Amino acid sequence: MSTTTVAHHEEHAEHPTGIMRWLTTTNHKDIGTMYLTFALIMFFVGGAMILGIRAELFKPGLQLMNPEFFNQLIGVHALIMIFAALMPAATGFANWMIPLQIGAPDMALPRLNNWGFWLLPPSAILLTLPFTLALFGIGDGALATGWTFYPPLSIQGGIGVDFAIFAVHLLGISSVLGSINIIVTVFNMRAPGMTLMKMPMFVWGWLITAFLLIATIPVLAGAVTMLLTDRHFGTHFFDAAGGGDPIMFQHLFWFFGHPEVYILLLPVWGFIPQILETFSRKPMYGYKAQVYSFWGVGVLSVVVWAHHFFTSGMPVPALLYFMYSTMAISLPLAVMFFCWIKTMWKGSMSFETPMLFTVGWIILFGIGGLTGLVLADVAADAQYHNSYFIVAHFHYTLFAGGIMGIMAGTYYWLPKMTGHMYNEKLGKLHFWLTAISFNLTFIPQFFLGLAGMPRRIPDYALQFAEFNMISTIAAFTLGLSQLLFVYNIVTCARGGKKATAQVWEGAQGLEWTLPSPPPYHSFTEQPTVK
Amino acid sequence: MRGYRKISLGISAMLASLSARADYSWNFPEPVTPMALDTLHVHNKFMLIAMAIFVVVLAIMIYSIFAHRKSKNFKPVTDKAPSTTVEIFWTLIPFAILLLIDFVIMGIPAYHSVIMMENTRDKANMVIKITGSQWRWQYEYMDGDAQGIKFVSNLSTPKEQTDKGFSGTKDENYLLEVDNHLVLPVGAKVRILMTSADVMHNWWVPQFGSSRLAVPGFIRETWVQVEKAGTYRGQCKELCGKGHGYMPVVVDALPVEEYKVWVAAKKEELAKASAGADKEWTKDELIANGKTVYEKNCAVCHQVSGAGLPPAFPALTGSKIANAPIFGADGKYLKDSHLDRVLNGVRVMPSWKALLNDTEIASVITYERNALGNSVGDVLQPAQVKAARQ
Repeated sequence: MSTTTVAHHEEHAEHPTGIMRWLTTTNHKDIGTMYLTFALIMFFVGGAMILGIRAELFKPGLQLMNPEFFNQLIGVHALIMIFAALMPAATGFANWMIPLQIGAPDMALPRLNNWGFWLLPPSAILLTLPFTLALFGIGDGALATGWTFYPPLSIQGGIGVDFAIFAVHLLGISSVLGSINIIVTVFNMRAPGMTLMKMPMFVWGWLITAFLLIATIPVLAGAVTMLLTDRHFGTHFFDAAGGGDPIMFQHLFWFFGHPEVYILLLPVWGFIPQILETFSRKPMYGYKAQVYSFWGVGVLSVVVWAHHFFTSGMPVPALLYFMYSTMAISLPLAVMFFCWIKTMWKGSMSFETPMLFTVGWIILFGIGGLTGLVLADVAADAQYHNSYFIVAHFHYTLFAGGIMGIMAGTYYWLPKMTGHMYNEKLGKLHFWLTAISFNLTFIPQFFLGLAGMPRRIPDYALQFAEFNMISTIAAFTLGLSQLLFVYNIVTCARGGKKATAQVWEGAQGLEWTLPSPPPYHSFTEQPTVK
Repeated sequence: MRGYRKISLGISAMLASLSARADYSWNFPEPVTPMALDTLHVHNKFMLIAMAIFVVVLAIMIYSIFAHRKSKNFKPVTDKAPSTTVEIFWTLIPFAILLLIDFVIMGIPAYHSVIMMENTRDKANMVIKITGSQWRWQYEYMDGDAQGIKFVSNLSTPKEQTDKGFSGTKDENYLLEVDNHLVLPVGAKVRILMTSADVMHNWWVPQFGSSRLAVPGFIRETWVQVEKAGTYRGQCKELCGKGHGYMPVVVDALPVEEYKVWVAAKKEELAKASAGADKEWTKDELIANGKTVYEKNCAVCHQVSGAGLPPAFPALTGSKIANAPIFGADGKYLKDSHLDRVLNGVRVMPSWKALLNDTEIASVITYERNALGNSVGDVLQPAQVKAARQ
């Protein structure tokens, strides 16, 4: 009886087709797909920018661009990768998977959801438009201060700074809307029996991410607005001559900026144990410990911000506090690593693409985490700070720890989303090319940093030549390998071997009880969790 | 036999050059201050700990990956919830180990390093002030014999080498050479006061292990004590605009005797230059001197030809300011006049008051008004600049 009602309902589910479907949709899966597609496109836009930079750094001397343009590319690359690639990708998965994982028909606030997405394309245009305007002689190009907007350089800058400020405002509104939606959904729409402590790890990761976003995005919005009024309306928040302090901006920015790191990582930390338990064919180890660790990281993340600018100068007690509190983050992270490895231990593992990405992720993110621990040391930080060492470190956390985690999740859920299996051979090739070329890109950068090469310089002294050359060649391999990813996704969306409802032999959880692809209104009949 | 010897010689030369490189490429460069030495030790120790943790965890994982596979028909076990005592034991022991690593093995040396790094005043033998500006460093000796010595240090790599598309041979110290080196006596603890004239800069010499942000409107402190004579090179490491990659730091550490000789010579040189401010200069002398000053300081933005890089950096050729009168009827310089701009700056244009002396300012203004396609015809004397400063 119930099945016929469902089928009946499906038949009459009327929604616009063509472009209007996507413009007006309030469906969580449609919106999720748009987020993911947008993120993928922007991943290539940001990637193209960095390949331009790596090409310039291929050998000493200026070959392709002038320093002004170089400075614009580095900042916009970072903003795009963080705000327009990684965050939308995580939000895309939240839209797709949270209702499926908690047994809800849709997100709680569907129209808000639609608006949250449609704020993104305009902000991406705002970020990149100044490049085009400069071609027509309007302004002097995009933001050239690096993604951190530090005044007084950003006060000195051209219209690119204003465009970036408004882009950050829009992106911030979008993130806060998305977060409100997720919190409301998680608190109100869980299936009967799914208590908070039975929620899948991904939902937990996002719940804490959403709280962090709501706590910190307004601070960033405030800081860049103060910058805007300093630039145009004669205020002196960050100008010592008027009683302000440029270092205050760094405090405000990183009060947002450090939690932002975990905002990017927590959703991925949710993927990892779920993928591990599926391919190890045994339930994850230490669920509670992981949930508490998430909270631990969430809380610690808002009290350690000043380790991003130890060399700016601060009182000794402040230096010591920020050093020790930063080191303390290793405690919850160690718990998580322990649980992940214990989940694999004595499982019955198989290594399909999602599992390969996950295992690679654990190793590479481990390198990112351990170098982070070393960076916490104030005295040594004087050497690492703003050198290529730090560039390598945060790409281990954000490319390996962020993007490769997103790729693991993509391969894991792609059959569920499209109803087709992707090409496993290509997936594995994509993993090996990505992992190897990633390491070849960034390991040389650790050594460049130790040898004394500062970041954000368009040209460099001769002793840095060899490592830069290796890094550039590997970066191009890394970039081109991602075309395999797109090809695999597109062919999988278009057709291929039909996927079963469970897709993976060891997969557990509500999303695997629905057919692949899931019906338009996910759960029309409320499931119960025992 | 001879061929064999040649080959082995070649191989050993290659190995020697590799190991010589290895000193530089795989870790921090050779430390020459107590702070850099401490940093190197801390870095090595921490890296060792981090690598040990990494290798142990990786080994466990790799073992599991090979042993616990489905393809080997390994049956998954169910993790049983441990008893409370066992659970407490297994939670407390790793936590204790981690706390020991974080806050004792790493934490205690880190504490001492911080105290050492921040102790800028105790037993300081001399004080210098470093002012960063776009895109050069200014050094000023604040006390002792050298008190009053003050000079600007500019990149001196030939411009054609840094130009886009240069394909010739680059200097050995490409991008790491300046016209005036900072000179410090070996063994002296030098307290450094750091500030900036415009945006943030960061004064960094990797072999000194000290780096501190130069913040406009504030004074930050650090210190160095160079223990080995030599020339040390570094760079600005805070993004400060288009010239960020072009403001190196070069420091000569001289034995005390040689340092004293340098101080005397430098003082004499500066005295001679300021004496020049009181004499009457001819137009040709000013233009000739101005050309050098211009190309060293102004051409990076306004270009050698004076064409500028609009819209950020306006052209001087035909510029309204460079062609308008400098002085009003009362003999004082006008607001927004050429002299006002150079002395006080505006927006991106830095203030040159502290960076150039009277003669240099007079020369460069005279040059800009009578060359670069401008022909105002007037002459600005150093004495007039001196008067304008008051």
